[in-house]
Amino acid sequence: MHDLSDAVSTALRLVASADPAVVQVVLLSLRVSLTAVAVAALIGLPLGALLAVSRFPGRRPIIVVLNALMGLPPVVAGLLIYLLLSRSGPLGSLGLLFTPAAMVIAQATLITPILAALARQVLEGLWEEYAEQLRSFGAGPWRAVPTLLWDGRFALLTVLLAGFGRASAEVGAVIIVGGNIEGFTRVMTTAIALETSKGDLPLALALGMVLMTIVLAVNALAQGLRDVSARWAG
Amino acid sequence: MRAPDTILPLQAEGLGFAAGGVQILRDVTLTIEAGPPTFLIGPNGAGKSVLLRLLHRLLIPTAGRVSWSGLPGEAARRQAMVFQRPVLLRRSVLANVLYPLRLAGLARAERARRAQEGLDLVGLTALAGRPARRLSGGEQQRLALARAAALQPEVLFLDEPCASLDPAATRAVEEIVAALAARGTKIVMTTHDLGQARRLAGDVVFLHRGRVLEHSPAESFFAEPETREAAAFLRGELVW
Repeated sequence: MHDLSDAVSTALRLVASADPAVVQVVLLSLRVSLTAVAVAALIGLPLGALLAVSRFPGRRPIIVVLNALMGLPPVVAGLLIYLLLSRSGPLGSLGLLFTPAAMVIAQATLITPILAALARQVLEGLWEEYAEQLRSFGAGPWRAVPTLLWDGRFALLTVLLAGFGRASAEVGAVIIVGGNIEGFTRVMTTAIALETSKGDLPLALALGMVLMTIVLAVNALAQGLRDVSARWAG
Repeated sequence: MRAPDTILPLQAEGLGFAAGGVQILRDVTLTIEAGPPTFLIGPNGAGKSVLLRLLHRLLIPTAGRVSWSGLPGEAARRQAMVFQRPVLLRRSVLANVLYPLRLAGLARAERARRAQEGLDLVGLTALAGRPARRLSGGEQQRLALARAAALQPEVLFLDEPCASLDPAATRAVEEIVAALAARGTKIVMTTHDLGQARRLAGDVVFLHRGRVLEHSPAESFFAEPETREAAAFLRGELVW
């Protein structure tokens, strides 16, 4: 019990004093996860929009696979990217394994299906509503994609936040491809996992607090977006 | 720059439409000429909205064909449609009017000018910056009209534009429709409101169970309908 309260007070001091080691880990986490969200958004959102407006044989199986991939275990995503990037793997010559870039790739792989599947759901409803009017204006499904992405912007921002939440909270993928190298590839989740097992509870707790704060902030932002969205959707 | 030719008359020959094994329209042959508004009237389920969508190419007929005059490809650009429930984009009032003008490939200055004209026409200029979907039902329908009018269509299809509006809003919409007709836009409109048809129609197409039973000038249609069904419909009897 004594140990625990000690750990908590040390953790609070680490956070309050913006301890450089903590700050470095937090900043790297944000950089990796935000970049992963950006990469995944560039691929996932248009993909979701295309699936929402197009009708072709095989569309339903693709949607089923996409929905299933939303539950892709992070360690499996990490393993796949590890195999790709490892020295003997097809992309091994790039030398990306155990770098932040590899972590971005792994997290982007993990959340691209999430963004695509959620975007498809959101935009399909919008397309049903808009389709006839847009066709009357002479805009077919392809031309509708940018329109839907813009008109669904608030819902899609919520989707991005969901993706960010997933990316910043996962540990399995980044630990496999990043390796938790101190000062280089150590992020909040990997630090918590490994420092806890090493017994450095204050650092793990401090990072846990920051992570919780970020998760809370993301959810508050999502709620705010829903309010703004209601204003525009009427 | 508007081509001097016209896309009218619009002709439907032997038009039929079936969906899910149900024949909704059959053997509709019809010529719609330039001039005062043409009204499609008839009991619920007669096929008015389907006929409008076939004419506007939102539906593809399962029989027969729709043809326009003038250059091929011209017709699609020179018609517009307003729906019973206006479909407004999640954007500002002004952005809603600008949207189809950009799709039509107009230059920026021309888009701004036409959007302004459209909003002036329907009296929504003061609300240009508001989110479109926060407007009242009547304002939303006026915005949909402004958006269609800004395209300067030669033919404007209206599908029960006043169906869910109160009398004041209905009156506002009717005034806009009359103004558009007066400046030469061909209005083709469905309604279940006989008073509205009497006020605005130049000619009337009477539909009954998926067939056109009459097509005559409004005056003679309302004075002496040729068919028993139309007469019963005009007397307010339940016809189906």
